[in-house]
Amino acid sequence: MELLAFGKTGWGDELFYATLMTIAVSVTAMFIGFFFALIFTPLKLSKYKSLNLIGNFYTTVIRGVPELLVIYLFFFGGSGAIMYVASIFGYFEYIEINAFITGSMAIGIISGAYSTEVFRGAIQSIDKGQFEAAKVLGVGKFAQFYKIILPQMLRLAIPNLSNVWQITLKDTSLISVTGLVEIMRQSYIAAGSTRDPLFFYSFAAVLYLLLTYLSMKLINRLEARYSRGY
Amino acid sequence: MDFDLMFTSFPKLLGATVVTLKLLSVSLIFGLFIGLLFAILRLNKNIFINKFAYGYSYVFRGTPLLVQIFIIYFGLGQIEYLRSTFLWVILKEPYWCAIIAFTLNTGAYTSEILRSAFQTIKPGIIEAGKSLGISNKIIFYKIQIPIAIRQSLPAYGNEIILMMKGTSLASTVTLMDLTGVAKYIISTTFKPIEVFIVAGGIYLFMTFIIHNVIKYLEKKYSFQ
Repeated sequence: MELLAFGKTGWGDELFYATLMTIAVSVTAMFIGFFFALIFTPLKLSKYKSLNLIGNFYTTVIRGVPELLVIYLFFFGGSGAIMYVASIFGYFEYIEINAFITGSMAIGIISGAYSTEVFRGAIQSIDKGQFEAAKVLGVGKFAQFYKIILPQMLRLAIPNLSNVWQITLKDTSLISVTGLVEIMRQSYIAAGSTRDPLFFYSFAAVLYLLLTYLSMKLINRLEARYSRGY
Repeated sequence: MDFDLMFTSFPKLLGATVVTLKLLSVSLIFGLFIGLLFAILRLNKNIFINKFAYGYSYVFRGTPLLVQIFIIYFGLGQIEYLRSTFLWVILKEPYWCAIIAFTLNTGAYTSEILRSAFQTIKPGIIEAGKSLGISNKIIFYKIQIPIAIRQSLPAYGNEIILMMKGTSLASTVTLMDLTGVAKYIISTTFKPIEVFIVAGGIYLFMTFIIHNVIKYLEKKYSFQ
């Protein structure tokens, strides 16, 4: 138990902050994912074949390639890409991107591909009559989406989004390869310096279980809220 | 774009694909047995057996695969007792540690897929079997299992693809699978995009094949 003490003698506080870091990366990645989903869902549902192609390319590639490979691409290629863009604008110094940003971006893009699929499915399962009724009543495109489609869509999307959240949360463990100190990386450091990997990795597993358990509780509440009236 | 690098790294990556496929196929075969076993345990009426099977799938689905590999590869070696038993022959090899972790992980997901498939079988089918005088055992093996397998094909196809991506984590325990070799080439040449295109292409090709095989099987074994 003294291994988990707070302060200088144990790893309690380090692991606590690492857990906060995992949560921070997961939430950031989830929002980045929503942002990507917001762009790519309309593309996938568009009438135009070429736009469909772009949307399908994104979701197929990201969902068909291992997460770790995407992370390596961002880790090794991220600062190169930024520096290339900067060089166009006449900036030639070395730019290093923060591990948090690289990690959240990589996981966010992965998460976005799954969110896109969820949103697409949810929108497609809304009755066509809803769109038509809105049109007939003269509701504007904007109000139609925010007041009519979105509330119905959220109810259908939340159970699947909770799966996306679980995937995202677990994927953040892979960012440890880039050196960002989240649960997995901190356990690796602690295991290395105390020579007690069994304890620390098992503890990491418990922390992840706790996170998934608590977030499920929260999501269930959200789900109940959005299915009012059904 | 460095096309030369893409050409020279392709055979190396293709060689590493063999490792990935080996890891995938071995863990899927073992995982299917474990999944079936735990799906049956989940349907058991004994509350302890039931809870045990539920706990297994909950823990393995609620924690990242990376943690599971690290516990098995780095953690279990720490137990002195294990080092003196024959199990150590297996556990000191990163290859077998990865296989054990993948098997247990896919077993947990497979058990959930099969369980829900068993539960969606209409009671009428089992009752029909019973009224025809077929024994419970034959109903289970000849009626319930085939229907459950057909029901779970789409979900199991997704699981195979997820597992294929999961095998990339073997590279974290020194195995040179497709991702491991890709990372090695990236870190020696600093050309991430070129290597990503080739390695990602190979992964996508495998996804494509798996997807179509499952689709074919779904069609072949559809009820119509």
